[in-house]
Amino acid sequence: MKHQVTLNINGSEHEIFVEARKTLADAIREECGLTGTHLGCEHGVCGACTVLMDGQPVRSCLMFAVQCNGVPLRTVEGLADGDDLHPVQKAFWEHHGLQCGFCTPGFLMLATSVLEQEPDIDDEALREVLSSNLCRCTGYQNILIAVKAAAEEMRG
Amino acid sequence: MWVGRRLRRFEDAALLRGEGRFVGDIASGSAAMRFVRSPVARGKILDIEIPKGASVITGRDLEGVGTVMPLLHRDDFIAVEQPVLPLTEVHFAGQAVAAVIAPTAEEAEDFADQVFLEIDPLDPVVGLDNALSPDAPLVHEHVPGNSIIDSNMTTPGFTEAFEPAPFKVSVDIRSSRQSAMPLETRGGHAAFDASTGRVTLSAGTQAPHVIRTAIADVLGIPEADLRVVAPDVGGGFGQKYCLAVEDVVAVWAARRYRMAVAWIEDRRENFTSSFHSRDQHYLVTGAFDDDGKLVALEADIRCNVGAFSCYPVTCGVEALMAMAEMPGPYDFREYSVRARAVTTNACPIAPYRGVSRPVITMTLERLMDEAANRIGVSEVEIRRRNLVTEFPYTSVMGLVYDQATYIESLDRAVELIDLDGFRKEQEESLTKGKYIGLGLSTFSERTGYGTSAFAARSMDITPGFETVEMTMDPSGFVEVRVGASSHGQGLETSLSQLVADELGVRPENVRIVQGDTDRTPYGWGTFASRSAVLAGGASKLASHDMRAKLAAIAANELEAAVEDMEFSEGSVKVRGTDVAVEMSKLARIAYHKSNQLSLGSTPGLSVSATYDPHGTFSNACHAAVVEVDLETGAVQIRRFLVVEDAGILINPLIADGQVHGGVAQGIASALFEELVYDENGNLLTTSLMDYLPPTMSEMPLIEIEHLVSISDATITGAKGLGEGGAIGAPAAVINAINDALRPLGVVLNENPATPERVRRHIARAQGA
Repeated sequence: MKHQVTLNINGSEHEIFVEARKTLADAIREECGLTGTHLGCEHGVCGACTVLMDGQPVRSCLMFAVQCNGVPLRTVEGLADGDDLHPVQKAFWEHHGLQCGFCTPGFLMLATSVLEQEPDIDDEALREVLSSNLCRCTGYQNILIAVKAAAEEMRG
Repeated sequence: MWVGRRLRRFEDAALLRGEGRFVGDIASGSAAMRFVRSPVARGKILDIEIPKGASVITGRDLEGVGTVMPLLHRDDFIAVEQPVLPLTEVHFAGQAVAAVIAPTAEEAEDFADQVFLEIDPLDPVVGLDNALSPDAPLVHEHVPGNSIIDSNMTTPGFTEAFEPAPFKVSVDIRSSRQSAMPLETRGGHAAFDASTGRVTLSAGTQAPHVIRTAIADVLGIPEADLRVVAPDVGGGFGQKYCLAVEDVVAVWAARRYRMAVAWIEDRRENFTSSFHSRDQHYLVTGAFDDDGKLVALEADIRCNVGAFSCYPVTCGVEALMAMAEMPGPYDFREYSVRARAVTTNACPIAPYRGVSRPVITMTLERLMDEAANRIGVSEVEIRRRNLVTEFPYTSVMGLVYDQATYIESLDRAVELIDLDGFRKEQEESLTKGKYIGLGLSTFSERTGYGTSAFAARSMDITPGFETVEMTMDPSGFVEVRVGASSHGQGLETSLSQLVADELGVRPENVRIVQGDTDRTPYGWGTFASRSAVLAGGASKLASHDMRAKLAAIAANELEAAVEDMEFSEGSVKVRGTDVAVEMSKLARIAYHKSNQLSLGSTPGLSVSATYDPHGTFSNACHAAVVEVDLETGAVQIRRFLVVEDAGILINPLIADGQVHGGVAQGIASALFEELVYDENGNLLTTSLMDYLPPTMSEMPLIEIEHLVSISDATITGAKGLGEGGAIGAPAAVINAINDALRPLGVVLNENPATPERVRRHIARAQGA
């Protein structure tokens, strides 16, 4: 049986009909055509599928689409403002915080949410939060440098 | 000059916006293929029960389809044939047996769950030691002793040098089975085009041309009927270099049913069925003279390669590389070696970043530290006495080492890590019951293997050369089509920088085209730290030809001598004057006023060049400082230093990124990651909760310093460096742990040094 769900992603409404078992990640990718959200493990460990739900980072592979009816969601496609990249995106570019780019959307969303909520977060706490996600290419060093640079930029 | 600049990457603009195109993105919305995989390690297939209403492909359907049989032409090699889908027998848990096609991934999974494989289980061969025991069953009946490769070599003077040596130091090194574990799992999308009869396979691959050859050969179709595209690829590290039988089935189905269909592996399948790595055991004895000089080395190399041989390189690559490259950066003239590639009922092995060299390096570096202790010299001194210092140097295996900085990198690392200061700190710490240790790892990294280097292994399919096609279009924009296939290495940026310098244009006016068999010349893809050297070298050669064409037109236009043409900032000018013409104007002439070209000139601006060097050696010294918690066995890395030499760096930002990533995988290998089979051959580590790649919390800051050797073994001056981090780091970390625990008499020679394993070694040393 399919259910009608309205996904509110990056300010746009997507009316979709999905089975109850459809994960939020699959719904975002397949039903809404936003393929920037990636799936690395589908068991909630790698964090590549991280999106923001009401401003909080969630693993979209561990949520069902039917749980997210009408809730404001943000994905990587909503980070930039037209041609202007978000400070976190700019910092990842400047500091080589990505290589293959597969984990990148998840890290960008995770970093965005933490910097929006705790702009003055200290290094240790930041490392702890960023340890939620996996990257296989960078060894994390440049991701940390990038997020710290973005934090500075966002504090102004 | 653009070479040498830390230019941010062209690749990132799309990736940062979520606009990359990975296989899973291309597959979104198309029919899904789900594989039904063997639940047992070894058994006879009795029946495959297919649920009502399901579209299922089994080995019976693939009539006329060949097998996968990579070959080495050598007497000590036995080929193993792998059916695309097996008809009679399964050889490892996770082997694809049938494929279900359904409109969506969910439906395909539902049907796959209902396919019943009736298999009569047989006793599996699990693990190296079991496979080599005299009464072991045979994994493949035609492979005696389960050894696909059994190769021996002894230098004539070995015994004479080895026997009388005053110091014989032995190490017994084990590196566990691991996974390259790219964050994007494998997958392929095969789409039939009715208008041409061709199939386009978009696949997560490092080598689109090689995969096309493989699939066309197995299916018995012309290569022209298949286009292979590597879109954005989410990491490979070797796992996506070799042929996936699943891609063969997908292309077969797309042709047979005239459809588009995609298989996207889940993480569990990536662990059970996607190529594994390492799983090696080396028993090595070094014979040292009174001065601590290594005079002879005896090595017994055993590599568990799993059930089948990977295409195209074969399972021989691990053992043969270990045999040939065992000497590393050290000079010794007498060598006796036996190298075996051992087949077991486990997932096949394929090269993973560094291939055998992480284990070679761990072996040699453990040997050096143990020898230093026995002989009573420092760990620095023993290395200094044995490192190669004169170049070119020809190793006991006949490899020619080009200019490098083995001693210099060691000395610099010792200085930067402040070895003397550390020894004082270590002594003080010990009085407080704190166990800290320092480990060194000095190594070479053979990179940019050309055809001659691979031919030495007698490969049926011999990789090596790289070709570049370069075109300047009428607007003056440069397109460079390469057979290499970047999947995170930033090749589009690095090659643009290189070509920009050669042609005197800006990097953003150079577009690199890669990863598409319809668009690029035949090439070997990206692996073995080769792309900067080979695609870079070919780009440089092509640029020279392009310059010659442009110079001829410019000389005619400017009424000056060809030799006086100078290229810079998008123009060609007469040397020493202000007389210049824009390159875009020359391009217009080449295409639109070809009547003005000198007699015999071809209209247009297209050139092609091939580069095929023998190879070049990068080198580095890693230094790690660790603290071991005796109570928990946990190892914390306090400092990690890399002094490395990859010649001229095209883009230092990208180069450092490669070092960071390599070191992270090396540390992962040393401390965390292990694929574990139970005694029945079932993989126990099938999720990211059981197999533990490091997170940011486990990673130390990596300090990097570059040295620059000028080598004539590479025309760009660039040596490869993609694998070095992963090659050197395990040895540095394991040596540091041994250094920390030496007061307790602990000798730890296996990785990963998990808390449990460290505790076990401590308990054993304490006689508990």
